[in-house]
Amino acid sequence: MGTALSHATVPPAAPVVASGTTERDVVERVSAVVLARRAPLWWYAAAAMAAPLVGLLGVATLWLFVAGIGIWGVMRPVMWGFAIANFVWWIGIGHAGTLISAILLLLHQSWRESINRLAETMTLFAVMCAGIFPILHLGRPWFFYWLVPYPAQMAIWPQFRSPLVWDFFAVSTYFTVSLLFWYVGMIPDLAILRDRAGTRGARIAYGILALGWRGSGEHWRRHHRMYVLLAGLATPLVVSVHSVVSLDFAYAMVPGWHSTILPPYFVAGAIYSGFAVVLTLAVPLRRLYGLTDIITSRHLENCAKLLLATGEIVAYCYVMEHFMAWYSANPFDAALVENRAFGPYAPLFWIYLVCNVLVVQALWVPRVRRSPVWLFIIGALINIGMWIERVDIVIVSLHRDFVPSAWGNFVPTIWDWATLAGTIGFFALAYLLFIRYLPLVAMSDMAKLIADLRGKPAAARHG
Amino acid sequence: MSPLNLRSGHSDSGREYWRILEDPGAAQPPSSAPAGSPDALTRRGFLGIMGASLAFAGGGGCSRPPSEPIVPYVRAPESVVPGKPLYFATAIALDGFSTGVLVESHEGRPTKIEGNPSHPAGRGSTDLFSQASILTLYDPDRARETTERGEVRQYEDFIRALRAAVDAERASGGAGVRILSDTVTSPTLAAQRRAILRSLPAARWHQWEPLMPTANATAGARLAFGRDAHTVHRLDRADVILALDAELLAGTPRSLADVRAFAERRRVAAQTEPRMNRLYAVEPALSLTGAKADHRWPLRARDVLPFAATLARRLGVETAALPAQVPGGIAASALDALARDLAAHRGASLVIAGDGQPPAVHALAHAMNAVLSNVGRTVVYTEPVALPPDPGDTLEALAEDMRAGRVRVLIVVAWNPVYAAAADLTFGQTLERIPFSAYLGLFHDETAEKCRWHVPAAHTLETWSDARAWDGTTSIVQPLIAPLYNGRSAHEIVALLDQGAAAPTSGYDIVRGYWTSTRRERDFERFWRRALHDGIVPDSAARPIDVALRPGWARAAASDAPTPPRGLEINFKPSAVVHDGRYANNGWLQELPQPLTSITWDNAAQLSPRTAGELGIRSEDVVALDYGGRRVLAPAWITPGHADGSVTVALGYGRTRAGRVGNGVGFDAYPLRTSRAPWFDDGLTVEKVGTTHPLAVAARHHDMQGRDLVVAGTLEAYHRDPNFVRARTSHTPRDRAGQPLSLYPDHPDAEYRWGMSIDLGACTACQACVVACYAENNIPVVGKAQVQAGRIMHWLRVDTYYAGSPDRPEVFHQPVPCMHCEKAPCEVVCPVNATVHSREGLNEMVYNRCVGTRYCSNNCPYKVRVFNFLQYADWETESLKLQRNPDVTVRSRGVMEKCTYCVQRINAARIEAEKQGRRIRDGEVVPACAAACPAQAIVFGDLNDPASAVHRLKQSPLDYALLGELGTRPRTTYLAALRNPNPDEAKA
Amino acid sequence: MMWGLLASFDDAAALARAALHLREAGYRRFDTYTPYPLDEPADVPGTPRSHIASVVFAAAIAGAIGGYAMQWYLMVVAYPINVGGRPLHSWPAFIPITFELMVLTASVAGVVTLLARNGFPRLHHPLFAVPGFERASQDGFLLAVEATDPMFSPLPTRRTLEQSGAREIYEVDGA
Repeated sequence: MGTALSHATVPPAAPVVASGTTERDVVERVSAVVLARRAPLWWYAAAAMAAPLVGLLGVATLWLFVAGIGIWGVMRPVMWGFAIANFVWWIGIGHAGTLISAILLLLHQSWRESINRLAETMTLFAVMCAGIFPILHLGRPWFFYWLVPYPAQMAIWPQFRSPLVWDFFAVSTYFTVSLLFWYVGMIPDLAILRDRAGTRGARIAYGILALGWRGSGEHWRRHHRMYVLLAGLATPLVVSVHSVVSLDFAYAMVPGWHSTILPPYFVAGAIYSGFAVVLTLAVPLRRLYGLTDIITSRHLENCAKLLLATGEIVAYCYVMEHFMAWYSANPFDAALVENRAFGPYAPLFWIYLVCNVLVVQALWVPRVRRSPVWLFIIGALINIGMWIERVDIVIVSLHRDFVPSAWGNFVPTIWDWATLAGTIGFFALAYLLFIRYLPLVAMSDMAKLIADLRGKPAAARHG
Repeated sequence: MSPLNLRSGHSDSGREYWRILEDPGAAQPPSSAPAGSPDALTRRGFLGIMGASLAFAGGGGCSRPPSEPIVPYVRAPESVVPGKPLYFATAIALDGFSTGVLVESHEGRPTKIEGNPSHPAGRGSTDLFSQASILTLYDPDRARETTERGEVRQYEDFIRALRAAVDAERASGGAGVRILSDTVTSPTLAAQRRAILRSLPAARWHQWEPLMPTANATAGARLAFGRDAHTVHRLDRADVILALDAELLAGTPRSLADVRAFAERRRVAAQTEPRMNRLYAVEPALSLTGAKADHRWPLRARDVLPFAATLARRLGVETAALPAQVPGGIAASALDALARDLAAHRGASLVIAGDGQPPAVHALAHAMNAVLSNVGRTVVYTEPVALPPDPGDTLEALAEDMRAGRVRVLIVVAWNPVYAAAADLTFGQTLERIPFSAYLGLFHDETAEKCRWHVPAAHTLETWSDARAWDGTTSIVQPLIAPLYNGRSAHEIVALLDQGAAAPTSGYDIVRGYWTSTRRERDFERFWRRALHDGIVPDSAARPIDVALRPGWARAAASDAPTPPRGLEINFKPSAVVHDGRYANNGWLQELPQPLTSITWDNAAQLSPRTAGELGIRSEDVVALDYGGRRVLAPAWITPGHADGSVTVALGYGRTRAGRVGNGVGFDAYPLRTSRAPWFDDGLTVEKVGTTHPLAVAARHHDMQGRDLVVAGTLEAYHRDPNFVRARTSHTPRDRAGQPLSLYPDHPDAEYRWGMSIDLGACTACQACVVACYAENNIPVVGKAQVQAGRIMHWLRVDTYYAGSPDRPEVFHQPVPCMHCEKAPCEVVCPVNATVHSREGLNEMVYNRCVGTRYCSNNCPYKVRVFNFLQYADWETESLKLQRNPDVTVRSRGVMEKCTYCVQRINAARIEAEKQGRRIRDGEVVPACAAACPAQAIVFGDLNDPASAVHRLKQSPLDYALLGELGTRPRTTYLAALRNPNPDEAKA
Repeated sequence: MMWGLLASFDDAAALARAALHLREAGYRRFDTYTPYPLDEPADVPGTPRSHIASVVFAAAIAGAIGGYAMQWYLMVVAYPINVGGRPLHSWPAFIPITFELMVLTASVAGVVTLLARNGFPRLHHPLFAVPGFERASQDGFLLAVEATDPMFSPLPTRRTLEQSGAREIYEVDGA
């Protein structure tokens, strides 16, 4: 991937920073977004749309605790429903954030600077949304902490052979590391906000968050080193986390789950959906905040290319999954594949094929790659496609497994939908609050980038 | 959907129980200790205390021991140890004929019913009705008050009113007095009847049941032999059996004995040189008998007579005027083959006519058995066991008198005639016109509503009585518990008609009094204790009689010859789960997947795929059934193997006053049932209404998808290659020892290795095991909506698969409990160690530890784990708490549960064994399912003991593991289903 | 009492030159303050290279070993029970958590070290009192010499700074 994006292969396209933009411009424009006395009208509009959904999540959760998991559509044999699908979907979305900020950093992809903050934040909130589901979907959610190895007076311990325990460790680690990465990277920017803040309150608040950053040479040296180290740690983590998530399925003997292809399949899918979300977020934000010369169409195009690349990997996985089902001559797998394509849930299969495999091919066309509108639409479609794919993996594999007399169909209830919508609302609201109170572009990184470019010949500025 | 309305439907303040506590009678030490029972005092004293202590235990207060001495079964210690159940022998009746049972009683509170090994009917097994009757005992909907026109009265008021009404009739010798009872097999009741009719010669005593299992048979016997004769089949002696629209294997008072005998002749695994009996069946709707048959032809009920006549003629029976053409659908060659097969087994063949078939068919069956010289061998005729129904004593006669206003005092001790009587009798309306009508019933049901007086009846387990089994064996019915709601028995009500208050009035005195009169006083006490203890009265079986075909019988029988068919045929069958409707308020039975269809909480109009196609009907379409000017709406259900041009409806549903569980469940087919055609008739028209009625079907897929789930074969194939099963399941990789290969090392074995073997050849899918499992393991009922949502809670299900053409399908049954895999996939995925393996090989479920990830269920290839999605267990209803098995946790919301191999029974046996310092003996641990199974298809035991029955069965070449290729190493394995088709027929 | 002297420069290059000059002049206790890290050649002030990397490495090893040890102890020693007929010590199943714990401890340890070595959180610092220091985070290129430097004496130091091209020079009062 690194080489695919290295300077050489990139055709002359928009620069990573519009020419003439100075460090000062970046700092002023970005911090202005945060320090502005009042947010723009659309912000309130968006918040007004997201907030009720959060309320809905609250209601759905409350009712879940009162009545029980039975308010959802889960049944025998489909004991896992939307909750787990949503979990996989959300956590997948998170991955592009880490990927952009960590891997691209290690690969010295300087173009990442302007969008890594957006992406990292996305990761953080996506993982929060993901984390809600494994807890809510328990029959007795109030005992979720029994998965933690703590010396309980019952003297019973978690069962470390269960992928669910791996999940617990993977996701919590992932969240912690993402949080650290995000925060450490943001300290210098918080210092900028502290120093530019108009009101005393803001100055104190950002001052505390900045921890007393003075931008001294030593600060910068340690900071840079630790940031790179974190990136180095986060990169394998990202791969491990979704591999573990995929093992929830691959570890089981259910046809359609029990397959070694799942880890790479899931990781690719995760990054895929993640980049789709980055696009659906970046495109509107750069326009609304007039940051088009900081988040240039060059960034969008690079994301588009990554989207295309991961899209092809996902497509390959689809092919292999079904090929192996045939090649293995396992009657149960064969029956699953047939049921997936022509059974009661066949529409899901065909929809996600279109969204995840067909639509993305449009990105071969440079004009599409460079058109924000198209990228937004494609990104949105892929989000939907990936969600449906997760649902398909969970439900279709379960609803017809080994013993036909135990077959059954899952039908989601209003509460299944409410919980999904609720987390989307939560994500949106959290994100809105972030862009209102924290810098959505890494200012110091951008400043550095601009300074570096100033010293270089024009050609390299596209680097 | 609030958690509340998902409960079993009961929510009930414990008020009544407290009222009972205040009732001075409650905790009083019982009076009238009978002479010569030395230990009676001590036990009674103890039980009295237990009653009191239960009273303090709150809701338990309503359960109190009967005040008379009742005799525990020998398995129990004489002195009660708290926490240790006692077993009492008693009897439970179906259609008037009793089955011997042992009732498990915890501290004076009956909790579970088992078969009585020393009783000839069940020989230790039970049917699903007696299993479920324990729930009816504690049904909170049971009537609690004596009422007059709905007003609460004292029982004494009723006595006064009744005596007054009857005394008014004495002048006329009781001309206006009528008594309507169930089929009377009780010697005591028969004696009371004689006494009544002596003191009131003009009064009449009518016998009636919704399903009269003896009616047609008796009439048939009168036709053939010109005398009353009771038919007892000896399937254990029969090599070739022909069932003429006869349900042998479930739902009749004969079934238990028949299934046992039948299965004995199908169990080849244990035999050295395997032989099997052969079963032929012709019937309209696929029955459990037809499903088990080696050859089955779908035949409209009306075509059974010509079929039987044709066959009889081939067998050399003189059938005179009887129509005899081979009905369509059966090749003449097949009929020949059948005839040859029967003839080839003279004295070892058996022809059985169904209860619903007209007397002529029964006469033909009698005749065929006669010419095949089966009489005295496979079929035995005895003197009537039940009081023979005199033509003048039918319900029709009573209804006639009522309409004519000749009835002034009517006492109904039969079950619910208003609901179940033939529609043309309009029994309900006329009943309201009777000046004095009284009804003894468990519930304030349809009949109670129409009668002037309603007296709460005592449940069988609260009653002193006696009853006879199908073969005449008599049992004394002893109560396990004092009436919860002051219920009375039929004996007590009937006794009130006797003039002179001197006459005994308590059920105990009446029953004991009758038996005293039959015995010499000296040895009576020993006799009495022995009869109570054993649960049977020694050598009380009906005496065989000699019969001979009376000449010209066939001409008389010809009157039953069917008229040319008009329109579709309608068939009435008792429901497989609620019988004639008397179990409608029983949640266990309503939620039980009905055999073959897996429908719960509903009945449906069943018809064949072809007929449905012609009428453009799909399953779950609502259809209007028009017959005899009456119309009933019902959901359709397409049933493979059903006869074309015929529709079968199950009776017993659509109750309006059954109780909170049974009201409005299914549709009521009785309005279509007339006294002229109580079983089947032509002239039905069926049309779609346009709406649909979604059914709660526990399993909708009955196709094996080409997977080796039920491995089946023929006896011939087995003779040719005894290892054909192993060949079929060869895709399981095995090591040299024949064990499936595994990457994992074996864990050290404990002293015992528990295992189970299920014989698919013997299983008849009667579902008794499933109900027994509900009763033993406190399994909650979830209601129709939850079953539809795919959340039925049964730990043990009986899968049914169809193979072959939908017109004449081959049917396979497979009971599926937890397999207790040695390499259990469910365990490794549990994150909290909530399901782990015991050293003895049990796959254990730790409810307290379960957080409800449900991963285990996903990873269970057999899908035998069920989950408490909501608060299913009823924690409010006090009376239901009394039913619970104290040795089994009542699960709460959010935890997984599953079959435990009845671990509580294993541990009970272990404690006994350790106290005596020995190993647990083979057969000492019997899980509830195995104990109930009439076919003895389920065998459980210790695989470490090479002598154990289960170990020997698992050595059989027929033994195989379900989905063994997955390497789960199930401890529960199956014996392949063998059939024994007629080779001759196969050629034909 | 004086904390030191703070000088501002036109751009990164000037600042770098000045830093070099001071070092040659023998100053040790001084540091630059910039909105973004200067390129390597610029920050000569060669304080010993930070230990963060080694700390992170050590923490990673400890996390991995600790993680595996925990699982082994709990599954094999503390709560040995037959689960699905698998061996008590099912090492492949213990790998994922071992890895996750390695990453977790390494990251946390690293960040903690970072904060500790930077003396964070430190919300007050004499430099913050200097008017215009806030530009250090935006577009200012500053250099401060601490009074504790052995070479330090107010006037000569100020002159040295002027010579090395400082535009403005402020005195920083110690707290």
